[in-house]
Amino acid sequence: MTATAPAIELKGISKAFGPVQANKDISIRVMPGTIHGIIGENGAGKSTLMSILYGFYKADKGEIFIAGKKTNITDSQAAIAAGIGMVFQHFKLVENFTVLENIILGAEDSGLLRPSLARARRELKALAEEYELNVDPDAVIEDVGVGMQQRVEILKALYRQADILILDEPTGVLTPAEADHLFRILENLRREGKTIILITHKLREIMDITDTVSVMRRGEMTATVKTSETSPAELAELMVGRKVLLRVDKTPPVIGRKILEVRDLNVTDAKGVHRVKGVSFDVHAGEILGIAGVAGNGQSELLEVLGGYEKATGSVRMNGEDIDLTGARSDGQSRRARGIAHVPEDRQREGLIMDFHAWENTAFGYHNDARYQRSKLFMDNQAILKDTEDKMARFDVRPPDPKLAAKNFSGGNQQKIVLAREIERNPDLLLIGQPTRGVDIGAIEFIHQQIVALRDQGKAILLVSVELEEILSLSDRIAVMFDGKMMGERMPQETNEKELGLLMAGMTTEPAGGPFQAVADNLAYAGGDTGKGA
Amino acid sequence: MDVMPKWADVILIPLISILLAAVLSALVILAIGENPWAALKLMVEGALGSTYGWGYTLYYATNFIFTGLAVSIAFHARLFNIGGEGQAVLGGLGVALACLYIPWPHWTVALLGASLMAAAFGAAWAAIPAFLQAKRGSHIVITTIMFNFIAAALLNYLLIGALKVPGSMEPATATFPPATHLPSFQDMFNFGETTFFRGAPANVTFFVAVGACIALWALIWRTRLGYELRSFGHSESAAKYAGISPTKIIMVTMLISGGLAGMMAINNVQGEAERLVLNAVEGAGFIGIAVALMGRSHPFGVLLAALLFGFLYQGGAELALWTSIPRELIIVIQALVILFTGALDNMVRMPLERLFLTMRRAKQ
Repeated sequence: MTATAPAIELKGISKAFGPVQANKDISIRVMPGTIHGIIGENGAGKSTLMSILYGFYKADKGEIFIAGKKTNITDSQAAIAAGIGMVFQHFKLVENFTVLENIILGAEDSGLLRPSLARARRELKALAEEYELNVDPDAVIEDVGVGMQQRVEILKALYRQADILILDEPTGVLTPAEADHLFRILENLRREGKTIILITHKLREIMDITDTVSVMRRGEMTATVKTSETSPAELAELMVGRKVLLRVDKTPPVIGRKILEVRDLNVTDAKGVHRVKGVSFDVHAGEILGIAGVAGNGQSELLEVLGGYEKATGSVRMNGEDIDLTGARSDGQSRRARGIAHVPEDRQREGLIMDFHAWENTAFGYHNDARYQRSKLFMDNQAILKDTEDKMARFDVRPPDPKLAAKNFSGGNQQKIVLAREIERNPDLLLIGQPTRGVDIGAIEFIHQQIVALRDQGKAILLVSVELEEILSLSDRIAVMFDGKMMGERMPQETNEKELGLLMAGMTTEPAGGPFQAVADNLAYAGGDTGKGA
Repeated sequence: MDVMPKWADVILIPLISILLAAVLSALVILAIGENPWAALKLMVEGALGSTYGWGYTLYYATNFIFTGLAVSIAFHARLFNIGGEGQAVLGGLGVALACLYIPWPHWTVALLGASLMAAAFGAAWAAIPAFLQAKRGSHIVITTIMFNFIAAALLNYLLIGALKVPGSMEPATATFPPATHLPSFQDMFNFGETTFFRGAPANVTFFVAVGACIALWALIWRTRLGYELRSFGHSESAAKYAGISPTKIIMVTMLISGGLAGMMAINNVQGEAERLVLNAVEGAGFIGIAVALMGRSHPFGVLLAALLFGFLYQGGAELALWTSIPRELIIVIQALVILFTGALDNMVRMPLERLFLTMRRAKQ
């Protein structure tokens, strides 16, 4: 034990939600002035643990010590009082308030706003200089990019005198350059003696920035190690409990005929926002076209149009024939009939009905198929059940119980249910959005193999992902979307994360003064709607 | 993994809720100086102690089955049809027009024709709010409840005008011709010496209602329409992804819902009153909401819940007749049952779930 007390010490924290043991006897100790990573798969209990620390949940058992003092954190006010600040994955900002107003919200000095705002403005200036946390105090939140929104969240915590900062999956919505900016901020904070807990599922971030790292699996803390003494492969193994392949094995593509031809596609959403702006591209048989981009740059809308639940103008040809983009045959059923299968970005809101059993979800979207009908009037539930059992066996869905509700499967197994349904229909084109979002590492491997196998069968695949690594390792060709436009296409072997990152931030050439600063400036001042809808 | 076994969810929770409502009702009766045990006995005897009582209980239950089913099917598509009352009023108009202006040869065809008219009128009344919801996004709770008032006003207008018997002072249509009269339970269960259900209004419509339960069950869980409807109810975004048209589902569901509510009229208008009077629905449209909530939107649950509410109605009427317990208190009792089985469902559910959980933990 060192002379200084740990900034945070958790002892034997346990928490159960109904039958689920989310945290089991977790002990952790974070020294002041360090960055401590917590890594684990979805559902490993990371967020629960941090919610306990921030006073959202009450632990069933266990004790919390802050700076060596036993602290009872009953709610978030108590956490703030103890010097803990939290930056959530989904920002908690008032969209139509200014940056300054958001920062003082809940921490006003008195009933009168003006003095509070003035004080906040002064402190903000000091903080900005100290930590490179530059924000425009008078910008309205909904007009600024996600990068700045996140900085506002960090400022909120610092303004409340936080010494301990918890960041939950902070880079999920950021471009690589923005993420680098964030990491520089975190390093500045560390230098000033702040303690940072970084929750993430990205191995690279852990390796890049943390001093120590704890690995969680199924509610338990499986290991805490010095970052300098571990490797990504070891961490992955600790997370999953077995050796995992971190690279995708694939042979060069055998490109066939043109399957999908998109020309000058434009999408304007219900709010009148122009989401997709004159996009054109092709996808061929036997090829994976990966679309990279920060969330909210029109990729989702593109998938929705092709999947048949968003209207568009322009032209889309499938196997050489025009597809209806606005009329009666622009729905999902018609798309499926044309050989387009779709694994949507958000499987919990779109791909699955969470309350339906697995077998009911297996027919979802294909419930009009002849093989699922007993007669003109009635569906053949037995046939669907049987089909589900077969699919579950082939895709190794666990548990292989067709009568379990979709919500009771893990993220990876939910994705396998969707994937089995869409792939086994033998489509000409597979649309697949965020194939491994919220999916455990073990299942990622399997899902990537399935996508490559489908390509090798000569199918066309349109992949949309915000994970650059995934795009780079899976795609045979990469297109980048920014602000609804295609920024260009690259071959994966001829590009790198840096170049793609620039394209994702809307820059085609490397500007003077270093690329990252330029990107940061671009995002900070031009603002733009980079992250809107993210 | 579900926290509770299914039987606990569908049987135990409603049972405990009813028990709680009963205890509270007993306390209220005690508080006004009456004997709750005697009151309960009177209710049971009055509603279930004779075929006459049963005849009333089943008559009320028939109304509630139709309106309960109407609310249930809408619930499955996550639509809250609060307009069962108005749709049943319009159903009554349909029945009256069918019975008065078409010369039916026999009650069987009259029943068929009147059912179709009732369903068509009820459905048409639901179609307007449905269309406004599907196309304009007008909230269906608001529109359907407003349509209840329009329906009442419309009926009022017709019954003091076009449909009134000339020279009569009463806002009611003429009595329907005998060929349209439906056989009551008294007619059907008449075995020479002993006549059951003497004087009670229950009629053949009860069996139509039971048939409707079975048909609706098959529709919801065995057909493609039911599948699409439930999908839409659980997740509109997923339904869109699957190519299920929200407009179609909202329209079709509300047409079925309105049709079912309208069909209530063959029981109260054609079966019982044999003419159309003002306020024939008597709030059954609203009771349907409680019935659907208590029946967990399951057609067979609705059947059971409708029987319970039939019992409460008939037992309550007896109570008002034979004791000094005021009529208003009956409404209090019914309200308590609705409160506990519907609104306060979670109050019973949460501790029960915790109980089952500790039991399972203990077993492990």
